[in-house]
Amino acid sequence: MSGSVAAVVNVTRRELSGYFSTPVAWVFIVIFLVMSGVFTFYIGSFYERGIADLEPFFQFHPWLYLFLVPAIGMRLWAEERRSGTIELLLTLPITTWQAVLGKFLAAWLFVGLALDLTFPVWLTVNYLGDPDNGVVLAGYIGSWLMAGGFLAIASCMSALTRNQVVAFILSVVVCFGFLLSGLPMVMNLFTGWAPQGLLDVIANFSFLAHFAAISKGVIDLRDLVYFGLVIALWLLATTIVLEMKKAD
Amino acid sequence: MNELKIVATDLHKNFGSLLAVNGLSFEVGAGEVLGFLGPNGAGKSTTMKMLTGFLTPTSGTALINGHDILDDSLAARRCVGYLPEGAPSYGEMTVRRFLEFVARARGFAGKEAVRAAGAAIERLNLDRVPEQTVETLSKGFKRRVGLAQAIIHDPSVLILDEPTDGLDPNQKHEVRQLIREMSSEKIIVISTHLLEEVHAVCNRAMIIADGRLLVDDTPAGLIARSRYHDAVTLVVEQPERVASVLSELPQARKVELREGELTVFPAEGSKLFQVISDAVRENGWSVSELRLEAGRLDEVFRQVTQGGTV
Repeated sequence: MSGSVAAVVNVTRRELSGYFSTPVAWVFIVIFLVMSGVFTFYIGSFYERGIADLEPFFQFHPWLYLFLVPAIGMRLWAEERRSGTIELLLTLPITTWQAVLGKFLAAWLFVGLALDLTFPVWLTVNYLGDPDNGVVLAGYIGSWLMAGGFLAIASCMSALTRNQVVAFILSVVVCFGFLLSGLPMVMNLFTGWAPQGLLDVIANFSFLAHFAAISKGVIDLRDLVYFGLVIALWLLATTIVLEMKKAD
Repeated sequence: MNELKIVATDLHKNFGSLLAVNGLSFEVGAGEVLGFLGPNGAGKSTTMKMLTGFLTPTSGTALINGHDILDDSLAARRCVGYLPEGAPSYGEMTVRRFLEFVARARGFAGKEAVRAAGAAIERLNLDRVPEQTVETLSKGFKRRVGLAQAIIHDPSVLILDEPTDGLDPNQKHEVRQLIREMSSEKIIVISTHLLEEVHAVCNRAMIIADGRLLVDDTPAGLIARSRYHDAVTLVVEQPERVASVLSELPQARKVELREGELTVFPAEGSKLFQVISDAVRENGWSVSELRLEAGRLDEVFRQVTQGGTV
């Protein structure tokens, strides 16, 4: 058991150091911080609202992630395929699952780091007023979990192709579907012919609904389980895709 | 510890309708350096990818030191060091970090991993570049990094896919030297399309084409299949006249004149060299070159892969 943890940690470490030895990490972090600032202060009317909370900050995260997370996730496996290192990695005595999990965790920790670096927003709101920091913490947790869901999807899309652009576009499309699955736009595609049970399931798939609940400070076990399941299932799918099309 | 042995049984691999490997069975034991020879697309790399656990065979299986590559893949992989084709590695990492990563994945912890990486760096003469990122290295150095990661855990089985491809003659020599040094207590399987390489490092050669095993022999045995084996070639003045005399010899099966060179092929079981040098002396021919042919590997290769058996 400890051996398999060490294997995952080893992959995670390698992957994380890979982010920081290329400009990818810095570009991502800067863009993430700038964009979240723009959304919060200009579009979200942070000051004008006159309320000491971070709702204008968190409410745009799903849309920010929609494009930025696939940009991080697209290289996860497509790059390994393109450079041929996938053959090296998967002939080491580690399982495909350990490799998938290790690489995912690296990307997730990295997004977590970018998220942590938004702390000036939190300092600002505490300076200006007296927010409920429990709600803020819940917002951060929810946001990170949602990023994990997006990343797991991007990991699977990345495993499908050696082309990072294709991986990016597929990821955005699938993430968009998950983001919106509760909204009328998507539901209208299904109402009329799909049974009610399926409609409920689709409506419940929405990242937005689950994230909204957590970011309001309500940490419901069901929402945590939801994101946990989404991540686990997409990573499992990644593993299956890799096993099936290793050679391509 | 299990016996040092690779046993492949009826390996098949299909890619869609393409039969890449079509029923390969073979055994390799300790001390053998086996060369996979074959034209491009013959199934050499695919076979290696199956032995190393990267690809799953469509049917058939193999045992590496007694570990089944399907049922006990991790244990099988632990015994093996593998250099994939083109020696891929993580370009943005430094040589040392990359080797430490592989060492840890191979089960070395903490300081041991650092030591293993250091030993591999020394073994492959990478001392000048350990802190350089892999992508900045020349092709020869990259190949050495690939070899370093393959031997880092001192595996009993080494599988090297085209280890000298794209290297200059000096680098080729170095890599072959290394393979020879390690060969005594290991199993080494290399693939190549360079015939001279088989001669230089292997003590066994398998010619594969269209996923099938065509010939399994020693390099010497392979060369003996050449029609040039034991033939005598001479460069002489008035070659036409000499040719007609030599073709009368009972020991000569056939005489060929090509580009000024006269090649005499021996009849079954005859030794020609002495006979011809006697004839040269008796007739007082003016000979500028006289040599005994060992055989030509490229000719055997062409014959086997294009024309069936030798």
